[in-house]
Amino acid sequence: MTSATRPDQAPRASPSAPLLVADDIVKKFETPDGVMTAVDGMSFDVAAGEFLAVIGPSGCGKSTLFNIIGGLLGDYEGRVTVAGETVTGPHPSVGMVFQEESAFPWRTVTENVAFPLEIAGMPKAQRIERARHFIDLVGLHGFEKRYPAELSGGMRQRVAIARTLASEPKILLMDEPFGALDEQTRLLLGDKVLQIQDQLKQTCLLITHNITEAVQLADRVLVMSYRPGTLKRMVAIDLPRPRSSEIVSSDKFGHYVAQIWRDLREEASRGMRDDEEHMLGGHKT
Amino acid sequence: MIARTQRNLIPFALGLGTLIAAIAFMELLIRVGLVNRFIVPMPSQIAGAFERVIVEEDIPHRFLVTAREALWATTLLAVFGIGIGILLYRVKLLRDATETWVAAMASAPTVLMYPLFLVIFGRSEKTIIMMGFVAGLPAVILKTIEGLAGTRRVLVDVGRSLKLSEVQLFWKIYFPAAMPTIFVGMRLGMIFALINIVGVEFLINFGGLGQLINDLAERYDLPGTYAAICFVILVSVLFFFLTDRLEKWLRPAD
Repeated sequence: MTSATRPDQAPRASPSAPLLVADDIVKKFETPDGVMTAVDGMSFDVAAGEFLAVIGPSGCGKSTLFNIIGGLLGDYEGRVTVAGETVTGPHPSVGMVFQEESAFPWRTVTENVAFPLEIAGMPKAQRIERARHFIDLVGLHGFEKRYPAELSGGMRQRVAIARTLASEPKILLMDEPFGALDEQTRLLLGDKVLQIQDQLKQTCLLITHNITEAVQLADRVLVMSYRPGTLKRMVAIDLPRPRSSEIVSSDKFGHYVAQIWRDLREEASRGMRDDEEHMLGGHKT
Repeated sequence: MIARTQRNLIPFALGLGTLIAAIAFMELLIRVGLVNRFIVPMPSQIAGAFERVIVEEDIPHRFLVTAREALWATTLLAVFGIGIGILLYRVKLLRDATETWVAAMASAPTVLMYPLFLVIFGRSEKTIIMMGFVAGLPAVILKTIEGLAGTRRVLVDVGRSLKLSEVQLFWKIYFPAAMPTIFVGMRLGMIFALINIVGVEFLINFGGLGQLINDLAERYDLPGTYAAICFVILVSVLFFFLTDRLEKWLRPAD
């Protein structure tokens, strides 16, 4: 049984009180062609322990939304709150995992993961012990003394996830963390994220353009429209937990993927047309 | 393990082999008369001159004098070159105002300024050290700016997401990220500094190996001159080795 709501049908998850609330977010950028609205009137919330995936075509404002929630981008309209506290800058309750490789190349795996604890002033022995816990959690036991250059792309992203988890955020905010990886690695890392979420009861918000990844991981999928990014549809994913990547072969999984693709296809086509027109316009001038 | 050691030895053996082949080729060219032996001495003559210059010309002392001057210039380059680079990176107005001048200075023949430095510091080691320092400064400044400006945005965002202060952001992220490029600048700076140090020693006939080269050249002792030049190369190799060790210690991942 699938359930989907239109944006005007109050896309609320809230089996418990919402931990993250985005209320009427509007973000505009000055461009050489004038003011461009990247995100327009986005409102949604995420309950504690919930996994929300935000999906949309390229250029729909997903990363803008990520940066707003993470507190890296200011000067927007609307309000983002975490546990009732308004986000005005990087918030200790929000841990961010970035799309690009972000493990520090000059630090070992342990030193990378212990970095937030070092900043917090935790004594060395204690932070190394703590870092080891998160290294084990992401399945990198045995690689503690390796440098990122000695690891695969998937392992490096796991280092970034472990580092973010080490700061013990209430919300794990991920911006296409597996975007640069191959499909098999992506599915397996999806399993790893699900295991971690299950163990830590971690609230997660995943920004992605991959439908399979969104359905595999999320409790709800928020579909964004093409520019300006608005909430097009919220799809509740009614698949049993605990999940693994094996679920991708089920009929129900395919049904969700098809449903989300129908919405996304329209938006992605619009984006593609827009890009083509923009390029043609550029050539004319 | 043995295969790995062998793999590591191959480039070394190839490099050494090429050097020996080039020396042998030069020896051959001189012996058959294609290169004038009164202008370029035979490598075998240079090798024969080593013992003589070491014993008679007090090479160890001169070597240490030049190495000490190079060490001082390098230290000044590290402190002021990297310091100025950081300052110019942090203060955009200053950077915009001076970067072109610094770049222009990099290609200027600063060695020609030695009379000015002689007036300021006298015929002393200070003049030689300052000439070396001035010659290497632009490279270190420019590479420091380049390294800091090239820090990947995502690494800075990680720091910002963890609420690092500006000072923490600089020392924990910008500086280590820029370190490989800064070391490239230091190496370039050292090359320019050493060229100028030996050059000024030669020009003002004072100090270490440069002065010796001058003396030997004036005596038309060409094998001895070339043997002394080999010791200049040795100073350069020594400093490269030391900076390489230092970089590996500071950034073992690279």
